[in-house]
Amino acid sequence: MDDLLSEFIAETREMLEALGGEIVAWEAAPSDRARLDEIFRFVHTVKGNCGFFDLPRLEMLSHAAEDVLADVRAGNRTADNKLVSAVLGVIDRIGELVQALETGEAISSEDDEQLIAALHHTTEESSAAEEAMGAAAVEGRKAIRSIRLSVDLLDRMMSGVSDMVLARNELARRLRQASNDLAVENAFDRLSGCIAEMRDAITRTRMQRMDSLFVMLPRMVRDIAGELDKSVTLEVDGGDVELDREMIEMIRDPLTHIVRNAIDHGIESSEDRVKAGKPPHGTLRASARQSGNQILIEIADDGRGIDPDKLVRRAVQNGLITAEQADRLTAAQKTALMFEAGLSTAKEVTAISGRGVGMDVVRANIERIGGIVDVESKLAQGTRLTLRVPLTLTIIPALTVSVAGQNYAIPRSATEEIVRARNDTVKIECLGGSRIAAIRDRRIPLVSLAEVLGVEHERAADDQSLIVLKPAGGDDYALAVDVVHDHEELVVKPAAPAVMATGLYAGTTLADDGSPILLLDPSGIAASAGVVLDQNEIEKLGAKVARVETQRDEEPALLFMTVDGAKRAVRLSIVERIEEVSPEAVKFSAGRLHIALGDRILPLVGCGNRVPEGTLRILRLSDGKTELAYGFSEVIDLVTIGDFLKPASLPGEVGGVTLINGEQIEVIDSFWLFGEQGEDARGERDLVCALADDDPWMGNILRPLIEAAGYRTVRAADEEAETADILITAAEAEAPPLPAVARILKVRATPEPIGDNDDSIYRYDRAGLLTALSAYAGKTGS
Amino acid sequence: MTELLLIVTIAGERITIPAADIESVVELEALIPVPRVAPHVAGLAALRSRVLTVIDCYASLELSPAEERSLKEAIIVEADGHPYALLVDSVEDVVEVTGEVRPVRTTLKRGWRRVARGMIDVGGDLLLLVDTQALLLGPQVAQAA
Repeated sequence: MDDLLSEFIAETREMLEALGGEIVAWEAAPSDRARLDEIFRFVHTVKGNCGFFDLPRLEMLSHAAEDVLADVRAGNRTADNKLVSAVLGVIDRIGELVQALETGEAISSEDDEQLIAALHHTTEESSAAEEAMGAAAVEGRKAIRSIRLSVDLLDRMMSGVSDMVLARNELARRLRQASNDLAVENAFDRLSGCIAEMRDAITRTRMQRMDSLFVMLPRMVRDIAGELDKSVTLEVDGGDVELDREMIEMIRDPLTHIVRNAIDHGIESSEDRVKAGKPPHGTLRASARQSGNQILIEIADDGRGIDPDKLVRRAVQNGLITAEQADRLTAAQKTALMFEAGLSTAKEVTAISGRGVGMDVVRANIERIGGIVDVESKLAQGTRLTLRVPLTLTIIPALTVSVAGQNYAIPRSATEEIVRARNDTVKIECLGGSRIAAIRDRRIPLVSLAEVLGVEHERAADDQSLIVLKPAGGDDYALAVDVVHDHEELVVKPAAPAVMATGLYAGTTLADDGSPILLLDPSGIAASAGVVLDQNEIEKLGAKVARVETQRDEEPALLFMTVDGAKRAVRLSIVERIEEVSPEAVKFSAGRLHIALGDRILPLVGCGNRVPEGTLRILRLSDGKTELAYGFSEVIDLVTIGDFLKPASLPGEVGGVTLINGEQIEVIDSFWLFGEQGEDARGERDLVCALADDDPWMGNILRPLIEAAGYRTVRAADEEAETADILITAAEAEAPPLPAVARILKVRATPEPIGDNDDSIYRYDRAGLLTALSAYAGKTGS
Repeated sequence: MTELLLIVTIAGERITIPAADIESVVELEALIPVPRVAPHVAGLAALRSRVLTVIDCYASLELSPAEERSLKEAIIVEADGHPYALLVDSVEDVVEVTGEVRPVRTTLKRGWRRVARGMIDVGGDLLLLVDTQALLLGPQVAQAA
């Protein structure tokens, strides 16, 4: 309503301005029909609008004027000077009232009657009316305090001011070099201050009320609720909070998506709500408020909430986390899983949501503009999503750094601290192929900017500076650069798509000297350097939980020396026993090292691909199903893994680094080890293949392949073949000898198919055969 | 058809570009490289407080780079709100051409084929008419699209 009213005020004012000339012209020539029509149209429009807004005074005035003008148009009255003056008096009063509407002033209504009377009694002298008119005219000439501008113009002003800031920066640099004249510097300082002030003012002109975003909600909520046959009441609050126009556009899509989600997945049907003891109408609340230099936008519903356990089940099903990790998540962490890609708890894909655009995209979009998304949810009570976004996009404080002689900018918001690499409190260690910076009591991954960018760094590693970065929603890491220059306010512009495609840059900007600078994207760099960031939320959760948990009860681990002489730790829980084996038991077979233990053959890891010399000691590791042998040289100690585990940058045998007695020790990633090194627990897939036994190729060539793939084979002549899952027979054979067997896989001797409808597989098509078998195995399994 | 065309030289080849596409012809100053970007992006340059994305036409046309060439002469075009500078060997002239753009009747090298819109007769010489948008997209993007 407020919006409509201000629209009305602005419109009326524009008409009044346009009418100004017409009125004067009409006064000069009262018989001019075109002018008369123009003025009539104006009062008519005002009258119509007033009825809509319930503005009785304005309506009364405009109605009276309309009546009189209608008489004149119909020829019942002539427009003499007195009548013109009376109409002008009314129009001036309308202008005055419109202005009062905006400012909230009260204007005495006493002489309204007189103005109206003047319209009707133009032949009589009415000094009171004259007076009233005079007063109205004076009031009407008051300065108008707002104008309407095109957004284009504002954008041009903004970019003009941005350029001015750049020019000022360059001038500042030149002045520092060249001049020692105090007077010049003072003058420049003043100019500088003016520019800063102007920039602030213009930044404010680009601010838009959140209303312009919220205004779409009522219709959207109504439509979505209607489509889903739900009943939803919308409450909007904080529409007067202002935000940069561009920012509003960036939030539009995420907000739409969140609202859709809330109605679709959050709010229950009226029936369900009543059953749950809630009012039948669901409530959706959208609110905005400013907090420091951030805007908080909240979307809350009183629906069924997010079921954390359901999310976790989905996450485990989709392989995002392991069951073990899931057990350690806190409720909040479980809820945060909703931001992971590929997790939708909706039972079925509806038209409203579940179109492949998930909350992961919402989060990515908000983070791209430097914002954060939080979620809070209580089962059966509702969900609240909070977006925190910065006020403006265009001018950001940044740090300029250089590497290989070229300057780059880093957003100041992401930088936590800057330290020199050569410093007593800083230690850089290289292990497991990645580097770690120990700064005071923290250990964080170290990324070399030169390496990420693929350029040569100019300075030795210990002569560089480290910038501790905290990317939006990510874990800290240290970025090594050659030189840290200065803190600057930069006007950032989006870079061309080809440049953005690298994923390393957030935009371009111009330095003081007018040369282009690339703005680095801290998250992009971390991702490119392979730093384990919680863009994959789980990694962070896991690491955090591990940290918390080990503080409470530390995990026992075995500290040992590898065959290469490195110290490593392995969690005791997966160590079955320690054995000594003779080197004869170890063979490089089937592409890797295997070890024979009794009647079993286990994969041997920890020794590379080299058959070790002399007696070998092995750790037998088990995940409950699969066993592995891990070669080592000696046991050092039983230790507890401390309260610190820093994940490795790349998945591998070493899952992370921990501190044991002040020493950095690599911890074996049992998950990776069993995933990569362990061999399939064979025999689980009890697919039984019956082989036609009249063909020696089957027995001699095919059988070993099938058995190696983990399937059992029987001869077709055996009794067991009756219950075989599948019969493999030559395509050339006449009729299958065992019609009882449900599935028949035909193999043929020629690479080319026989005939058109040939469904047989070439006998040496290894991949084809195994695919067919595993397809059958899948079917029998289900 | 009457059209204003700019004649430029890239890799010894005289080609024409619709003058309407071109904002200006400039000599670039310092070129700032963009590490890890697609090869056809030569870097960034500043022009009157705007940041230009500089396109190496040799790379965009999948030609082997000339031994010695100036990285200065450039034509400025805009695409999707981003200003680009296309590096060319030399800029000859703007000519008014009346005549049909005819389909190319010969087999061009791949890079040229991607950007050629046709051929046109300019003062008795047959020249390629080149699409600036395709030129600045570069080979990879064009293939992906």
